[in-house]
Amino acid sequence: MSLSETTPRAQGDLEQRRARRSVGFGFFLSELGLLFRRRRTWAMLGALAAVPILIAVAIRLTDGGDGRGPAFLDRITQNGLFVAMTALVVSIPLFLPLTVGVVAGDSIAGEASASTLRYLLVAPVGRIRLLLVKFAAAAVFCLAATVTVSLAGILIGVALFPVGPVTLLSGDTVSVAESLGRSLLIAVYVTVGLLGLSAIGLFISTLTDAPVGAMAATVVLSIVAQVLGQLSQTEWLHPWLFSYHWLDFADLLRQPIEWSSFGENALLQLAYVAVFGALAYARFSTKDILS
Amino acid sequence: MTGSAAGTEAPSVPRAEGSDAPGEEPGRDFDARAGSDMDGDPFATGDFAIRTRGLTKRFGRQTVVDGIDLAVPHGAVFGFLGPNGSGKTTTIRMLLGLATATSGDIAVLGESMPRSLGSVLPRVGALIEGPGFHPFLSGTANLRRLDAADGFAPSATRRARVERALARVGLSHAARKPVRAYSLGMKQRLGIANALLAPRELIVLDEPTNGLDPQGTREVRSLIRSLAADGATVFVSSHLLAEIEQMCTHAAVMSAGRLVAQGRLDELRAASGPPRLTVRTTAAALAPAAEVLRTLGLRPDPLAPTSGTGDAGGTAPAIGRKNVPEEAGMDTKMRPNEGGDTVLEAELAQGIAPEQVVASLVAAGVPVRGFTVEQPSLEDLFVSLTGEGFDVAQ
Repeated sequence: MSLSETTPRAQGDLEQRRARRSVGFGFFLSELGLLFRRRRTWAMLGALAAVPILIAVAIRLTDGGDGRGPAFLDRITQNGLFVAMTALVVSIPLFLPLTVGVVAGDSIAGEASASTLRYLLVAPVGRIRLLLVKFAAAAVFCLAATVTVSLAGILIGVALFPVGPVTLLSGDTVSVAESLGRSLLIAVYVTVGLLGLSAIGLFISTLTDAPVGAMAATVVLSIVAQVLGQLSQTEWLHPWLFSYHWLDFADLLRQPIEWSSFGENALLQLAYVAVFGALAYARFSTKDILS
Repeated sequence: MTGSAAGTEAPSVPRAEGSDAPGEEPGRDFDARAGSDMDGDPFATGDFAIRTRGLTKRFGRQTVVDGIDLAVPHGAVFGFLGPNGSGKTTTIRMLLGLATATSGDIAVLGESMPRSLGSVLPRVGALIEGPGFHPFLSGTANLRRLDAADGFAPSATRRARVERALARVGLSHAARKPVRAYSLGMKQRLGIANALLAPRELIVLDEPTNGLDPQGTREVRSLIRSLAADGATVFVSSHLLAEIEQMCTHAAVMSAGRLVAQGRLDELRAASGPPRLTVRTTAAALAPAAEVLRTLGLRPDPLAPTSGTGDAGGTAPAIGRKNVPEEAGMDTKMRPNEGGDTVLEAELAQGIAPEQVVASLVAAGVPVRGFTVEQPSLEDLFVSLTGEGFDVAQ
């Protein structure tokens, strides 16, 4: 319908309204501004950046250790570019899900507890639009988190260790530039892997007005999924766990790149986003906002 | 007043509780009543800024809002009164689409809610149950964010509109401070600024003067008047009666989820009884003064020093005046430091001008030491409708 018919008073520029609702890009930018103006967000990114720095410094001080420890650890002393990958392997089980759980779990419940949710809704933001923007912001945070780990790893690796062409798992050797590209690709892979968890966090966030509860529940679910993934008794369930492909990014370190795990991961996460997005919509679109 | 013209459209009011005894049955909805009194009168027309029909909200077994029929004319400053917990905020949440009604219909600005939420809400500014802002963002940043959330607000004028809204509530000096550093009153004003970000046809303010100092309260009152002067309809909920009395053209009273009275303010006052006059004179002149009032056709109640008239008389039988102990007590005790005055009270009958009463008293040689005519206050009405003290119906 045309809004100009219903708002007869259009005096001057300040009084003018859009004829049609904007898609929400401006609000998305505003949401990112809110996310990245929070001290909490920077504290979490700082903690994630500390992971590769700790690893690199520890290895530097002990001259490589005895070869045990997470994947790629033994390669670091030969090539600093492996710090980033080691740090990702270390961060994926707990640190990354923890920070993503905080952001996703806070998305709706945090607005509710700050009393801002009702004002957003009467602005009116539109409930679906709000969910989409919140999910997009959580996805941006996933990318920021994994890129932070990778970038901090690359920088500290370059600073403390020799850097040269990287020998891939398939035995081929790629240049430093291409290996940086692969690092970015791995960051994207891990980001995609966290989207399902973000959708779960968003859904849980619509269930409560207590952000801490939503955050904790999201993190606990990510741990439960990984525990189930370790048990042979639940092997039938493994391919359906959102954490199933989390550590499978090694396929991106082959020549040529083995894309199948990337595709399977993306498909699985898409399914989680669809299911939990639908649940979040079903819950949130009919919810009485009494906070 | 802008409200007077539109006010003629108001339904016949006031409506005392139980006069039409809204049913308790859950199925009382649009269809059940569509054929009765609304024939030929489409519900969602533009005649009223807000209109509800049989609006009901239940939480579990508790009925919080019980079949209310609100009618807020365009251009009115509408006071929405009721004790705490009487269902005011829940009603406002339903009007704004935050909560869904269990049954009943809502039309806001001539459009059905919540169906037309997307086209109605941009024309509505609201302060709902206290302000809500991100404490670590500045006042400006908070308002910009809320404005960005409104998909109909043009981003080109956002900066200017936010500045104007902040200036309008006197917060320009604190615009860059984080909201964490705001006092309660400043947060409240920021909440009102948010309601004014864009030109609004309807402004809903839930307890707008909460936490404000007397100056802030005055500013909010004058702000509301200026909004009404611009042609906006202002819907103010409050339990502060003096506030409503000072700025509203219309009012409605909620009690325990029911709408117990609604209408123009003067109609509501008239319903709470005729004006009362008080004559203060010497003890010796009591009898002649009473005689003068009787000859004018009034029925004086002498409040003699010893008589102790606890009940001020049979005024306004429909509503009753059960809350006069303060006034009456002051008059009846008649302490020496009041100069031994005797006080006569009477209802001012229609057609008799107060000055006529004074002239007659003076002509009869009655020493008039004081003479007042008081309209029964809204508080009288409010208390008579919603109960006294802490016994208010829940």
